[in-house]
Amino acid sequence: MNRLVARDLTLAYEQRVVAEGLGVEVPDGSFTVIVGPNGCGKSTLLRALARLLKPREGAVFLDGEPILGQPAKQVARRVGLLPQQPVTPDGITVADLVARGRYPYQRLLRQWSREDERAVAAAMEAVGVTELADRVVDELSGGQRQRVWLALVLAQETPIMLLDEPTTFLDIAHQIEVLDLCSRLHEEGRTLVAVLHDLNHACRYATHLIAMRGGEIVAQGRPSDIVTAELVERVFGLPCRIIDCPETGTPLVVPADRRKALTAGML
Amino acid sequence: MSTPVREAPVRKEPVRAAAALGRAGGLLILAGALVAAMAASLAIGAENIPLGRVVDGLLHPDGSREALIVQDLRVPRTLLGVVVGASLGLAGALMQALTRNPLAEPGLLGVNGGAAFAVVLVIAFLDTRTSLVYVWAAFAGAAGAAVLVYAVGSYGRAGATPGRLVLAGAALNAVFSALTAGVMLLDPRTFDGFRFWQVGSLASRDLEVVAQLGPFMLAGAVLGLLLARPLNALALGEDAGRALGVSPARTRALGALAIVVLCGSATAAAGPIWFLGLAVPFMVRSLVGPDQRWVLPYSLLLAPVLLLAADIAGRVVARPGELETGIVTAFVGAPVFIWMVRRGKAPKQ
Repeated sequence: MNRLVARDLTLAYEQRVVAEGLGVEVPDGSFTVIVGPNGCGKSTLLRALARLLKPREGAVFLDGEPILGQPAKQVARRVGLLPQQPVTPDGITVADLVARGRYPYQRLLRQWSREDERAVAAAMEAVGVTELADRVVDELSGGQRQRVWLALVLAQETPIMLLDEPTTFLDIAHQIEVLDLCSRLHEEGRTLVAVLHDLNHACRYATHLIAMRGGEIVAQGRPSDIVTAELVERVFGLPCRIIDCPETGTPLVVPADRRKALTAGML
Repeated sequence: MSTPVREAPVRKEPVRAAAALGRAGGLLILAGALVAAMAASLAIGAENIPLGRVVDGLLHPDGSREALIVQDLRVPRTLLGVVVGASLGLAGALMQALTRNPLAEPGLLGVNGGAAFAVVLVIAFLDTRTSLVYVWAAFAGAAGAAVLVYAVGSYGRAGATPGRLVLAGAALNAVFSALTAGVMLLDPRTFDGFRFWQVGSLASRDLEVVAQLGPFMLAGAVLGLLLARPLNALALGEDAGRALGVSPARTRALGALAIVVLCGSATAAAGPIWFLGLAVPFMVRSLVGPDQRWVLPYSLLLAPVLLLAADIAGRVVARPGELETGIVTAFVGAPVFIWMVRRGKAPKQ
C-alpha cells in the first residue's frame, strides 16, 4: 500500500462542492503531477493531501492512518508543502528562511541542534543557494527565490513533498530550472506531488500523471500511456495534435490552429 | 574545537554565528541601558539626588527626606515604568506578528477602550479614591473587552482571523469611547478624575500596584516569549505554517491571551500609553530583522528604556511640575518614528 492515499473525498469550500467521491493513490517514489483546467479541483485536492483542507467526507491516509488524526508535527516530518504563494518575511536572509523548515523537529528544550544545522546546509547545497546564504531573500530573482523556498521544504527532510504550482510566476528558463531540480529531488528517492499548469512540462517530468476535470479524475498513469489528443480535448476542451518531444520523447501537445477555421467561417 | 564536519561545507556558518553573537550582544547592551535608565529614574526629578545618596537611601532607610523620596516615590515609579514598558513592548511585538501588520497596535484588540470605560464607570458611580480599585476595574474592563472582541471577531464560519479581530476591536473601541464620553458628560467631576487617568502616567501609583499586577505581566511575558517559533513559522503564510506543523488557531488564541494580559495590566497600572507598543517593535525589526526569537526579547527590553527616558524627560522639562509620561512618549516618539519610516530601512513584517 502506498504511503499517501485519499479515499472517497468530498471536498468543499463553504457551500461550493469541488469534488465528490474522489479517490487518489500517490505511488511511492513517483513524481506525480496533477493537471486540469482552472477550477477542476487540482489545488483543492493537493490542499487536502497536505492536511490544509478538511474533507467533508472521506479521508486522506498517511502511512495507513487518517492524516487529520495524527499530531501536526509528526505529519510535518513526513509531508512537506510548498504553497502557491508563500509569504517571505521582509528582510529575512536565505539561511534564516531555510532554517524555518526545521520547525517540526524543534521543541521547547531542543531549540537548535547540529542536526538542524546540517539539514539546512545540505538543503541549500542541494538547490545551489549556499552562496546566497547571507543575502536578503527579497533582493533575489524570482527563480532564486523559488529555489530558496524549495530549500526550506527540503530542510524539513520529508520523504513526500507537495508542490502547488511551483513554476507559475517564473519565466521559461527558471521554470525548467525549478522542474529539473524537482526531477533530481525525485531521483534521489523522494515522492513528489506537483500541481502544474503547463501540460507539456507535466508530460516531460511526471512519472505519474493525474488529469482532472470538474472534480473527477479523467485519467491517470504514465504520460506516454495516457496522453492522447482525445484526452486533451476531453480534459481541456482543446483540439490538438500529440507528437513525440524531439528532446525527451515524451508526449508534446501542439494545439490545433483554429484561426484558419475561424477566418474561413467569417468569410 | 576541530570536530570534522562530514556533510556539506557549512562555509557560511561563521557569518550566521557572528550575527547571532551580535544580536546576543545587543541584548546585553539593552539590559545595561535598562539598568542605567532605572538608575537615572531614581536620581532625577523635581529634586535631583546624587546616585550615592540614592543607594544610601535604599540600603539604609534613615527617614531622611531624600530617602523618603527615593523609597516612596521613585522606586514604585521606576519599577512601574519597567513592567509597564516591558509589557507594552512585548504586547506590541506579538500583535504585529499575529496580524502580520507592521502598524498593528495592542490597543486595537479593544483593551484600552474597555479599560477606560470600566475606569470611568468606577469614577462616576463608586465613591472611591483607592487607586487599586481603578487598577482592577481597568483590568476587568480590558479582559471583558477582549473577550467581547474575540466573540464578535470569531462569529461566523471564517473564524477569528487577524483581520476580523482587528476590525471587531476597532468597532468596539469606538463603542467604548462613545460610552465613556457619554458617562463623562453626565458629570463634570467624573470628567476631571478621568482625564488624569486617560493620559497615562507612572506617577503617584504605589508599590502595591506593581505587586498585584506583576504576576500577570510575568505570566503574559513568559507565554508571549514562548510563541516566538510558531510565530516565525506562521509568518511564512497560513498554509506554509500549517504545513510545518503549527496550529494557527492555537497560536493566535495564546497570542491574543498574552496580549490581553500584558496590555490589560499595563493599561490598568498606568493608564493608556499609546505609541510604545506600535513604535518599539517597528524599531526593533529594523535592528534585528524579522526573527521573532530576537524581536520579542528586544522589544521587551527596549520599550521600558524608552518609557523611563520619556518619564524622566517629563520630570525635567517642566520643573518643578511635570509632563505626563503618555504625552512625552508620543511627543518624542513620533518624530523618531517618522524619521525611521522615511529612512525606509524599517521592514514590514
